Amino acid sequence: MVSSMSDYLFLIPLFPLIGFLINGLLLGRLPRPVVSAVACSSVALSFIVSVLLVLDLAKLPADGRIIEQTLFTWIASGEFHVNISYLLDPLSAVMILVVTGVGFLIHVYSTGYMHHDPCFGRYFAYLNLFTFAMLTLVLADNYLLMFVGWEGVGLCSYLLIGFWFHKDSASEAGKKAFIVNRIGDFGFLIGMFIIFWQVKTLNYYEVIDAAPGAFEAGGFLITAATLLMFVGATGKSAQIPLYVWLPDAMEGPTPVSALIHAATMVTAGVYMIARSNVLYMMAPDTLMVIAIVGGATAIFAASIGLAQNDIKRVLAYSTVSQLGYMFLACGVAAFTAGVFHLMTHAFFKALLFLGAGSVIHAMSDEQDMRNMGGLKRYLPVTFWTMLLATLAIAGIPGFSGFFSKDEILWKAFSSDHGHPILWVIGVAAAAMTAFYMFRLIYLTFHGKERMDDETRKHIHESPKSMTVPLMILAVLSVIGGFIGMPHVFGVTNHFEHWLEPVISGPHHEAAAHALAASGADTGLELGLMGGSVLIILISIFLARMMYKTKPELATSLANKFGGIKRTLLNKYYVDELYDATIVRPLVFGSKLLWQIFDVVIIDGLINTFAGVYSEVSQAVRAGQTGRVRSYASVFVIGVVALVAYLLIG
Amino acid sequence: MSIDTVIFFCSAVVAVFGAVMMISQRNPVASVLYFILSLLAQAVLYVQLSALFLAAILVIVYSGAIMVLFLFVIMLLNLRGKEDLGKGSTPLSTATKYILSILFVVELAFVIRSAVFKNPGTVGIVEMKDEAFGSVETVSELLFTKYLYPFELTSVLLLAAIVGAVVIARRAHHHESKLDSKEGEA
Amino acid sequence: MLDIPAFLIVAMILFGIGVVGVLTSRNVIVMFMSVEMMLNAANLALIAFSRALNVSDGHAFVFIVLAIAAAEAAVGLAMVITIYRNRETINIDRYNLLKW
Repeated sequence: MVSSMSDYLFLIPLFPLIGFLINGLLLGRLPRPVVSAVACSSVALSFIVSVLLVLDLAKLPADGRIIEQTLFTWIASGEFHVNISYLLDPLSAVMILVVTGVGFLIHVYSTGYMHHDPCFGRYFAYLNLFTFAMLTLVLADNYLLMFVGWEGVGLCSYLLIGFWFHKDSASEAGKKAFIVNRIGDFGFLIGMFIIFWQVKTLNYYEVIDAAPGAFEAGGFLITAATLLMFVGATGKSAQIPLYVWLPDAMEGPTPVSALIHAATMVTAGVYMIARSNVLYMMAPDTLMVIAIVGGATAIFAASIGLAQNDIKRVLAYSTVSQLGYMFLACGVAAFTAGVFHLMTHAFFKALLFLGAGSVIHAMSDEQDMRNMGGLKRYLPVTFWTMLLATLAIAGIPGFSGFFSKDEILWKAFSSDHGHPILWVIGVAAAAMTAFYMFRLIYLTFHGKERMDDETRKHIHESPKSMTVPLMILAVLSVIGGFIGMPHVFGVTNHFEHWLEPVISGPHHEAAAHALAASGADTGLELGLMGGSVLIILISIFLARMMYKTKPELATSLANKFGGIKRTLLNKYYVDELYDATIVRPLVFGSKLLWQIFDVVIIDGLINTFAGVYSEVSQAVRAGQTGRVRSYASVFVIGVVALVAYLLIG
Repeated sequence: MSIDTVIFFCSAVVAVFGAVMMISQRNPVASVLYFILSLLAQAVLYVQLSALFLAAILVIVYSGAIMVLFLFVIMLLNLRGKEDLGKGSTPLSTATKYILSILFVVELAFVIRSAVFKNPGTVGIVEMKDEAFGSVETVSELLFTKYLYPFELTSVLLLAAIVGAVVIARRAHHHESKLDSKEGEA
Repeated sequence: MLDIPAFLIVAMILFGIGVVGVLTSRNVIVMFMSVEMMLNAANLALIAFSRALNVSDGHAFVFIVLAIAAAEAAVGLAMVITIYRNRETINIDRYNLLKW
């Protein structure tokens, strides 16, 4: 049964690839219903096969939960051996279900959202290509194939961000995303090289088996390798310092932002670190760096989100901030918590983006929240689903976000690699998250209607193709957390149990379990939990006061702290800083190289050679007098010389 | 001083004289005539060297046919010796050319000297052992046995030369004149 | 006094005069004749050596050289006629179309 099931593993990435080929090659010749049917059904088929295979996986005993399929040998060069082969284990199972499931909902939503767009076919071709690349990334069984998927999703991100490429801002954003990603990828590659150099293989399980022997724990090489791979993760998953592309990526269509920049692509970095948890556990210095970067990003991005006026920008910075949480979790060796938050975040962030898309669609492409307001009565389904997602992201108990975020905060406080300061930073970021998310809700759906009459006439609730995915995602946002409830509530954490074979944390979890069972830390955990919830509720109340009941408070605060507000609104001028310190010197250096090195030195050298030849040939040319007598003279000179040579020699 | 020596000196002087006059005449007909004079003197020298057959060939073929050909061409081109041959070369180049020629001759002297010193048997004319030396029979026997290939190929060469000369010297618009005459008739 | 080197010296002088004629004459006909002069000088030398070595091979050689001189004179003069038709001059310095 196992062997025959593994034969179907390759179908999961294959269906979206076929969808891409059909929609891409027959671009413009297929009618719209066919295009959407091909695209959505390919992802749906992937989802169905994923579900069936995961169920099969669950039937296997816990420590042997691996289904593998090798398609063919890709590279066989001396010691370097890489196959195109897929691996289904508990971690990749979580990922493929999220990718195909949420991906399918977003595909269906897109059929409604992109209805008026002329480039319908191209959009769905790219979307399928992205799904194929993402599935390759999570199903690969070695780092090199994962990197292929990694680059593939980067490419599709570029293509989809710059989808409306005739808009300058969109094509610039696409370029920025690709280039910044590339910088991170460079680090990823060097990290991979170091691993291969020491372990002579790139296959995950082989690396995990050989790593303790090949590297010395805490040594320079393993720290360097893991740190460099984390640099790649900061690029792909938008952490400090390579997050700058993600807010600009909002130039793309909103479902793209939902799929790529909320639910799937940006989680690739977290997946990679979770996959390599054995390596990271051997490098505690790297873990500390990851935790600090994650925490700093979480609070930094949240602070920027407080002052943004574009609804999608708020969500973009929210994504960066939540990704910071996931990295914070990995940094304190709570990999399971990070993956759990990845899953719940996929649900509610996708929902938030799709809901924002619904709002933008209704408001005739208006994205500035200052021109919205009072949409609650026009868009009821959108409002209620977005409210549920907001409650989840704020971390209100009972919703999915509460369980995952709380797990991270507790581990930040209590883990061997954690520190109370990290808990404080996490709670502060959580408070800011709650604040700006509710600010978004109040500005958009409550209060005075600030849009003009022309727009108001066209406001309409979105069609079923858009509202049904919203509702499904809302349900998941509410109930999705229950599979990962912490022990302190007296129940088994099913999610953690499921991921145990892959995440080497079981020892830590076992220890914590023992401690929790002893009751000593239970009180502390519950206390911290309660404290964070209280702080969140206070910030929600503040938001309500500032934006719903007493709006004049918001304006007076804005005037008093005008400088701070401007800094936040301009995202701490980070883009300008990068431009001045990195981009401009590079451009200047290139110009210098061009004008001096290329034109003067290299071209000058070649031209000098040519000039010399020209001069010499001009001189030699004078010998061609065309007069017979001078030719005869030369003839005689030659003969004289020859005879002289023969006489003397 | 034997009679042979006297004849040799006279012939040699005449030959050189003729050559020198040949290159310094303006009138090309005069040049040809001096050349013929030089050739005749060389024929005498050939006889002194017992090359009887070749002496005859020299006179008949060379001065009788080739030089006459030169004369025909000169007549055809209607050269009178009064043509404007442009300004002369600079004295420097003329001097250089004379020096070159003298240099060449000096070298040849050295060659002869080394040849003479290596082959002492050439000094003095050896007694003719063979009465038929240099006669038609001897030369033609060589030509038809040992040097047959060069002989036959030379005949092919002469054929090529004839054809070549005819083709080169033909007037270009030969067949147009035929057409013109035809049109004239119609 | 009459020995082979004397004849060789004569041949040598005639050859030198021929070279001078080729280099200095501007009349193409005279230049041609100077070339013939050089050939003749070579013939004389050949005959002298043939007599010195007492073999007739030199005579055969001279025979062939005479034939070749005749062929070359014919073709060369044909060319001179053609060029004269185009250039109306026998000044060899005017035949300079091969100038760069």
